[in-house]
Amino acid sequence: MHDILIEEKILSENDAIAEANRHAFNEKGVFVINMVSSPGAGKTTLIEKMTPVLLDKLGRFAVIEGDLEGDLDAVRIAKYGVPVKQITTGKACHLDAHNIAHVLSWTLDQDARLLIIENVGNMVCPAEYDLGEDMMVTILSAAEGDDKPLKYPAIFNASSALIISKTDLAPHTDFNISTARTNALSINPELQIFETSCRNGEGIKEWCKYLCSRVLALRGPVKTNR
Amino acid sequence: MHEMGIAKSLLEIIKREMKKSKVKRLKKVRVKIGELTAVEPEALRFCFEASIKDTALDGARLEIEDVPLTGKCHDCRTRFRFQHFVSLCPVCGGKKIEKLTGTELDLVSIEAV
Repeated sequence: MHDILIEEKILSENDAIAEANRHAFNEKGVFVINMVSSPGAGKTTLIEKMTPVLLDKLGRFAVIEGDLEGDLDAVRIAKYGVPVKQITTGKACHLDAHNIAHVLSWTLDQDARLLIIENVGNMVCPAEYDLGEDMMVTILSAAEGDDKPLKYPAIFNASSALIISKTDLAPHTDFNISTARTNALSINPELQIFETSCRNGEGIKEWCKYLCSRVLALRGPVKTNR
Repeated sequence: MHEMGIAKSLLEIIKREMKKSKVKRLKKVRVKIGELTAVEPEALRFCFEASIKDTALDGARLEIEDVPLTGKCHDCRTRFRFQHFVSLCPVCGGKKIEKLTGTELDLVSIEAV
């Protein structure tokens, strides 16, 4: 009998590819965000509303859309003249670093300083899969529960920003924005939190301003918090 | 449910190591799963067993060590176990916490002949 010591991260292959992606983005000066949320929190709509502000501040940015099936989200983004690539994962509930590596050369050819990756709507699995991003951003809508950070700690821990979306709905639901903030910060005290409404435009500019400052800042070493 | 993908990655490393060590029969696999990972241990066990059924690795046992989420307070240096994932020092109320354990998703070792 052999007892063979391995001591390796189970997702080491994904992590190595993610690191190669990160290096390639870094070399080309592309800042990458990985947007995650449960289905229906409003990721695509938020990107649509961010588009004019980002085009104004950055000139150009690119989007990768991750979905189980179809290209509905990519069609929506393409209408704004933003370069977009759809990845369909089939039955996989998250994007992984391979998925991004497959479209890496397309991404680098877009001459963009910002790449927004819209992950598959899921608050569990994307937490484990580094894509090579600089920043993971979680969206939590006011149509959900304000206790969600306590129920899905891994994703809130892995994120560096939280966007509380659909704030215009909050007065009509039991969602308490202040409770959501407290819960999110109890899991991850370093979270940057923004409140947005795509209906009335609240907070979109503030969030974009922060994002653009990160894009335009000199790039330092990346801390993924995984 | 991404435990199937995790099981697949796990088996790829195991097969690579078995080839390298020239062993044929897998007896036991030891993994560590941290409390803060998004991996459900019993779902991983189910996926691992389903993946090796009727293959050369059939019959191998998966031994899972659950690793609690622990941290160290930056201010008072207390080491503690997180309660409900809350990043807060139970002694001084400090919020600058360095995570010590609980994020592992590791293949530790295998037993094979």
